[in-house]
Order: sequence, then C-alpha cells, then structure tokens
Amino acid sequence: MIQTPESEKTMSSTTPSSLASVAQAKPERNGTNSAQGTGLETRGIHAWFGKNHVLSDINLDFTAGSVTALIGPSGCGKSTFIRTINRMHEFIPGAAMAGEVLLDGKDVYAPGVDVTKIRLQIGMVFQKPNPFPSMTIGENVLSGLKLAQLKVDNKDDLLEECLVRAGLWTEVKDRLNTHGGSLSGGQQQRLCIARALAVRPQVLLMDEPCSALDPGSTLRIEDTIRELSDTMTIVIVTHNMQQAARVSDYTAFFLSDGGPGEMIEVARTSEIFSQPKDQRTENYVTGRFG
Amino acid sequence: MSTLATPQKPWAKRPIDRARELAIVLFAGFFSFAFVAVTEMKGKLAYALIFFIAYALLSATFAFISRGAPAAKDAVVSTFVSLGAVLTVLPMLSILFTVIKNGLPGLHLGLLNHDMSMATPTDPIATGGILHAVTGTLTLVALALIMSVPIGILTALYLTEVKGKFAGPIRFLVQAMSGVPSIVAGLFILSAVLYPITKGYSALMGSLALTILMIPTIARTSEEVLLLIPNDLREAGTALGGTQWRTVAMIVLPAARSGLMTAVILGVARIAGETAPILLLTGGGDKVNPNPFNGSVGSIPYYIWKSFNAGSPEAITRAWAGLLVLMVLVFILFIAARSLSSRKISK
Ligand SMILES: Nc1ncnc2c1ncn2[C@@H]1O[C@H](COP(=O)(O)OP(=O)(O)O)[C@@H](O)[C@H]1O
Ligand SMILES: [Mg+2]
Repeated sequence: MIQTPESEKTMSSTTPSSLASVAQAKPERNGTNSAQGTGLETRGIHAWFGKNHVLSDINLDFTAGSVTALIGPSGCGKSTFIRTINRMHEFIPGAAMAGEVLLDGKDVYAPGVDVTKIRLQIGMVFQKPNPFPSMTIGENVLSGLKLAQLKVDNKDDLLEECLVRAGLWTEVKDRLNTHGGSLSGGQQQRLCIARALAVRPQVLLMDEPCSALDPGSTLRIEDTIRELSDTMTIVIVTHNMQQAARVSDYTAFFLSDGGPGEMIEVARTSEIFSQPKDQRTENYVTGRFG
Repeated sequence: MSTLATPQKPWAKRPIDRARELAIVLFAGFFSFAFVAVTEMKGKLAYALIFFIAYALLSATFAFISRGAPAAKDAVVSTFVSLGAVLTVLPMLSILFTVIKNGLPGLHLGLLNHDMSMATPTDPIATGGILHAVTGTLTLVALALIMSVPIGILTALYLTEVKGKFAGPIRFLVQAMSGVPSIVAGLFILSAVLYPITKGYSALMGSLALTILMIPTIARTSEEVLLLIPNDLREAGTALGGTQWRTVAMIVLPAARSGLMTAVILGVARIAGETAPILLLTGGGDKVNPNPFNGSVGSIPYYIWKSFNAGSPEAITRAWAGLLVLMVLVFILFIAARSLSSRKISK
C-alpha cells in the first residue's frame, strides 16, 4: 500500500506549532448539550471488501455538538469507516463489517432497524458535489423530504433556513427555480450540504467535502461547518491539516501499515498538532511521513 | 488608450487554402469527366470512382509538396473518412429522393380523410385514401408502446439497479431476442395466441408480435442509458433516506429521461414499418376499425403491400404515396418525442 500524505504541499510549508496555534485559536468546545441526542459511538468496527480486511477495530466516541476530523493517508479506510456509520458500506457488493455503531445508545445495525430512518438521522456530504441534475435548486434542497416521504408545514421556510445555514441563500435566492448544474463547484457543494440539512439529521458525515473546491469556497464551507456544529455532530474526513486545525474540536489519526487501517490516536485537535502521543501521528501531521 | 482588438480566427482556412481545395475538386471533376469520355467506362458510378481517386491523389500530392509525407498520408486518410460518410448518406438520400419523387403524385386532398372501403387500388388516384391505414398503424404502434415500454424499461432496471442473479442470462437472452426475425415473432403469436385463443385477426394480435420485436431494442438502449447515470446520484439519494426504488423513480429515471426517450424512439423505428407479422396477424382491411381488440385492421405497410400486388400504375403510385406517408409519420413521431423529452428537462 502506498502511503503518501496527499496534501504534502500544504503541510511542508506549515510547522506543527503553527497548526497547533490555529487549532487553539478557535473557542474551546467540548460539545454542548444544546445538540439533540446523546451522540454517536462506534465499538470495534471492522470492515472488509471481499476477503480484503481494510479496517480494524475502530472505537471512537463523537460527542454531540462537536466536530471530529479524521485524518490519515489515502487508502487507510477513512471513507470506509464513515460509510459504516450511516450504513452506506453495505451497498458495495462483497462488503462486510463487524462491530457496533451506537446512535443515542442504539446499534444502527441491530435487526429490525429501519435503515432509511438511520440515514435520515445521519446525513452525508460526498467528496464530489452531486446535486440532482433533473431538479431545480429549490427541489434539490427539499429532495430528501420527498425521497423519505416526510411532510413539513412550511416548505419555503425550510428551504430558506437550510440555504441560509449552508451559506448559500444570498447567492441563490433569486434563482431557486434554475437547475443546480448552473452553480459553481463550491456552490454545488453548499447546495448538497443544504440538501442534507433539510431532513434535520443529528449527525453529518462529510467525506473530503472541500477536496474538489477552490480556497474561497473551502473557507465558506468551513465557516458553515463551525456554525452547524452548534446543533449537530459533525465528522469530517480531510487531507488538509490546516482545515482539520481550523474546524475540528477533535482529531483522529488513521493509518494502515499494509494491513487493515487502524486508528492510531484520537485527541483534542490542539493536542494532536502540538503534542501527539504517537510518533507516527507526529510524522504525519508534520509532513515527515513515509 | 486601449487599442481596439478585432476578433480573429488565425486557425481558419485562408482564401488561398479554399481556392486550392476548390481547384482540386474542379480538376478531379474535370478529370473524371474526361477519363470516362475517353475510356470504355460508363455510368454515374464510374464518374464517382474516378473523381474519388483523382481527388485523393491530388490532395495528397498538394499536401506532400507543401508539408511533406505525414501530411500526404493525413490527406489520404481524411479522403477515405469522407468517403465513408458519403457512402452512408448517399443511399439514404437516394431512398428519400425516390420515395418523395414517386410518392408525390399519389398525394391528393382526400388522402388522409378517406379509407379504401369504397375504392380499389386500381381506381383513379383521387378516389379513396389511407385513413384506415394511418389509424391502423397508429393503433398498432400505440398498443405496442403500452406493452413494450414498461417491460423494456423494467428489464433494464433489473439489469442495472437490481443486478440480480439472473442479470447475466437475461442480458444474453435480450441480446439474442433482438436478432429474432419478425416473421418468427408473427408466427409465434399466430400459433400461441391467435389460433388457440382469439381465433380472429385484430390490432392487438399484430401489436403483440411488434411488442416482442420492440422489447429488446428498448431494454438494451435503456440499459446503456442507465449505466451512464453516475453512481454518485444513487448514493446521494439513498444517503438522504430514500429507499432504492424511490431513489430510482425520483432521481435515476428523471436524470435518464432524454436517453430513455431515445430508447423508445429507436423501438418505434424498429416496428413502425414492420410488415411480415402484420400480414400474418392483422388481416388487413380497407375500412377504419375503431376496435383494436377485434376485427381485421389496415396498416400502412399492409396497404403498400396490397397496392404493389395489385400492379396497375395507379396502384403502384398509391403504394409509393403510402411509403411517403409512413416516412413522414415516423418523422413526426421522432420530432414529437424529441421535443417532449427536451421540454421536460429544460423546464
Ligand atoms: N468499492 C471498493 N471495493 C473494494 N475495495 C475498496 C473499495 N473502496 C475502497 N476499497 C479499499 O479499501 C481501502 C480503504 O479505502 P478508503 O476507505 O476509500 O480509504 P480512504 O478514504 O482513507 O482513502 C483501500 O485499500 C481501498 O483500496
Ligand atoms: Mg476516501
């Protein structure tokens, strides 16, 4: 397995202490009780693709109302891990998993659980912006309600609220009836965030949401993430150390040494960037990897 | 002060290039003319052949002189490529031209609002009409569409979305089915449905055979279209709490709409002029038959066949007119389907 940090350029120009100061510059948060629910925990998650064991024994607690960044070289299983959380992993033929994902204390893999309800509670934003091409901007935002056959009293209010929270309202409020494909990449990604918010998830999973975007859009989305984290639990996969430092309260470092990916350590983001406990974490966050 | 820039196209052909091309064409034309006049060769085909060879040689020589051997090869290859395009288009234009030329004399004012119940094919052109055939063909196509579109698209959905255990064998069968000769489909309905069950001609019998012919076209084209829809969209739909089928219905199918419409158009094109099963199953008829489930019904292919068989000059003109009407009808169906699908997309 090739293990090269993908954003070498950003990292080599950054000293660990400056990342740590970025991480410390934002208000300290432990996760708040204003968020709904008691949170999300994973217990002993393993994952396989066919016979290929790609993820081993991941135990992570995501405090309600906090942002957790998952970092690590590509191929170490970050995407696979977050896809086990909202049960998207099972869509891949030959996929298997072990362990428990506890949402408010209940295992999402327990028999009899309605998997579509789980995905309503745990929303997801993908790496590539993927607005629905046959729908207008407005229809895109509200598409989750139709897909899940949910009723709301006032669609217009919900539409505006979601677009405002995703930081897109002022840019699109005059063209809600045009197609999402006419937006820029960054706007499309914020549209996808708005779409995920409309079904009011308590957890939002984001898999490298900014990797296809320009720096301006990236900063806007980071602002959005900070604002959203007051009311929901956010898990974000990122290859950008700066981004992890800027947006996350906690950071977990994943690594695969040829075998299945493992979680090396998890701690407050400021600690990961200033005094990581594991030598491999330090090597990775300082760009001295491999 | 800013200088005013005028938009230019430095890559466009200069007048001298155009002049040279024109010269090559003219010279090749002249040469083919002269060559045919001097030698034993005769006919349009000879002109075309000599023209083509002369054109290829001349443009290659010019290219060689100005830009060397690679350019000469390039010129020869592009000549061959154009020849391919010409060879494809020529027969079609020729057919179109023949149908229009021979069909126009058969058109008259009463053509589309009379049937042949009061006339025979050998009567003067201005008597009778093809109302019965047009309505019959439209009925056949409509019934076949009602049956084959759902079956064809559901088959495609099974292959692309369910990806069940039988996807492989079904894909194979569908491909094999697209090679079924139409007469076989006709005989099958004749022996499996018409003789044992209905014991009589009807539009329904004809459209059953057409459905058999249409399903493989629709299923295969739809499958290809659905495979082009990015998986991201399916994942996004499911991640928003949609079940697989709501995601397919709300996201995958709308995204594939114009492609699916193309599949349906291709299906209609496959069957609109189909004759063999129609002869076996619909019984013809010279009167408009409003009941699609009972009684023999006319259709344009049947009318053409019957008129050609009658043999008199009037009858043969009628047949050409029928061909012309059929072509126009298929063309109108295409345009309608196209504009329907694109209007919904750009809503
Ligand atoms: N659809 C798949 N089929 C088979 N193997 C896969 C699939 N997706 C990912 N993998 C494998 O699983 C491992 C983890 O991949 P992934 O979770 O995408 O890593 P990351 O997101 O950290 O880059 C990799 O070795 C990858 O090759
Ligand atoms: Mg990934």
